[in-house]
Amino acid sequence: MSITLAKPPIAAPTWRAELAHLAVRYPLGVAGACILLVFVFAAIFAGTIAPLDPFSTNPAARLAPPGDAHLFGADAMGRDLLSRMIHGARISLAVALGATILGSGFGAAIGLASGYIGGWFDLIVQRLTEIMQALPLLVMALVITVSLGPSLTNTIVAIAIPLIPGVARVIRSNVLSLRELPFVEAARAVGMGEFRVAVAHVLPNTLAPLIVLATAQLGSTILTEASLSFLGLGVPEPYPSWGRMLSESAAEYVRTAPWLVIFPGAAISLLVFGTNLLGDAMRDVLDPRQRD
Amino acid sequence: MVAYIVQRLLLMVLTLFGVSVAIFVLLRIVPGNIADILFDSAGLIDPADKAKIISDLGLDRSIPVQYAQWINGLFHGDLGYSYVSEKPVLDEILPRIPITARLAGLALFFSVMFGVPLGVISAVRQNTWLDYGLRVISLSGLSLPAFWLGLLILMAFVRWFGTIPIYDRVPESFLQELALFAIPAAAVGFRSSALIMRLTRSSMLEVLRQDYVRTARSKGMSEGSVTFDHALRNALLPVITTIGIETAILFGGLIVTETVFNIPGVARFLVEAIRWRDYPMVQNLVMFIAIVVVTVNLLVDLTYMLVDPRIRYSE
Repeated sequence: MSITLAKPPIAAPTWRAELAHLAVRYPLGVAGACILLVFVFAAIFAGTIAPLDPFSTNPAARLAPPGDAHLFGADAMGRDLLSRMIHGARISLAVALGATILGSGFGAAIGLASGYIGGWFDLIVQRLTEIMQALPLLVMALVITVSLGPSLTNTIVAIAIPLIPGVARVIRSNVLSLRELPFVEAARAVGMGEFRVAVAHVLPNTLAPLIVLATAQLGSTILTEASLSFLGLGVPEPYPSWGRMLSESAAEYVRTAPWLVIFPGAAISLLVFGTNLLGDAMRDVLDPRQRD
Repeated sequence: MVAYIVQRLLLMVLTLFGVSVAIFVLLRIVPGNIADILFDSAGLIDPADKAKIISDLGLDRSIPVQYAQWINGLFHGDLGYSYVSEKPVLDEILPRIPITARLAGLALFFSVMFGVPLGVISAVRQNTWLDYGLRVISLSGLSLPAFWLGLLILMAFVRWFGTIPIYDRVPESFLQELALFAIPAAAVGFRSSALIMRLTRSSMLEVLRQDYVRTARSKGMSEGSVTFDHALRNALLPVITTIGIETAILFGGLIVTETVFNIPGVARFLVEAIRWRDYPMVQNLVMFIAIVVVTVNLLVDLTYMLVDPRIRYSE
């Protein structure tokens, strides 16, 4: 007598089905991703979708209120606010992505080395991260910005450096528990070098917390860039930064041209809101222990 | 306990030493100093005058010598002179500290007063419309830039009341002070209250699932007693950590809020000093901020022991 096993009735879900399942389960995360995508689209195609040149001035349109000619109004130099905001999305996203990738990358490398090597190296790295964490993010970014000088690249570096210690600490604590696990022991036992074990086996297992942390930091990097630019110490002219738009309009035109205050601030808030929604969903998917 | 505090104090000194070196070096690699700014902005062109200014300010000495002089002065209560106002740094900073401290204290008070109760309500009413509403509000709080919120409040007040209390002289009474600081404190504290609300909610949800909470309910205790006597006390530990961390983050919000509301505190003064390359002012202000942050962190860790008797650092 022979027994024939029937085929499993349910096939493994495709990536599309999995994505659809996640979208149903985390609608707020999808909303966040959509908001982010709109801004990314605006940033990439700014040259095409912006109705007017963001740099061209027009004295006749000085402080023009929102209307047909200028949907979001015009600034004190007669520049179209909507066009400047669309181009401003490039700055915000470039700084946010650049600083997050740079800070998370260096932080992960330092955390991996610190947790894996241990000993004196770990002790020194821990003290250095404590020193870096003794100052608030904005204060540190302010001092580094001034030290490096005003430029787009320097703003990215100034915001990235304060992110390093937080990432390094999270990755280090993950590595400390990972390095004792059997699969790491097994990799060593088959004769793999320590560097290869760390990079090929330990590092990939820290990617989930790293992605969660990096997504959560996107919002704070956008806010830090906006704050630096608002204080006049961020991305310099001629880049149209949302924070600087607010800084230029805040004092003089808060009464007479409120659209100059409302629209750039709303853009910053909406983008950060979107990244926060996405960050929450990413945390729930990749790190269910932290789920509410 | 005493050994733990001594160990932490030694680490504090080490951290502050590191901060002092980092800040000093960072400020010295800045392209251009106060003499350059004077020459650029005021149009001074005589190189001999410039050399004299640099020599008078001690900027021609090596960085280690300048650092040693600064640290030596710190230990003797001499923080040097401001390059801009030419007044002693201590005289410039001291009057500003109470202003920022009051603003920060009031902002933190608002954050806790709103954040903790709303977080509890959100947890107890999990997955109801009230919970969803509060969660959207808290996420908005984390998304609004403090300076924009400040500007919106300014606009709203000017539009509806025609004016807003502005810091133009030292307030004479507590009520005057409260009227001046309440609006900026609310603007800067909104973000902190949002974070505290989120953390209280998730911490409460975690605790409410514990066996001892179920036991308390099964013994017939009222829901209020279960929530406040059993759950909240245990849920507060991570919240205290956040409040500690927020004290540092709050300073970032204070920098922009003091600028928007024209409040002459330490935070706004730091930005002005940075713009003017006023090294003595910047390095002392940053050291002051670092001392506050590491002290608050230590106090938070010690508070753990009072809130949660299971934690004993010496054991």
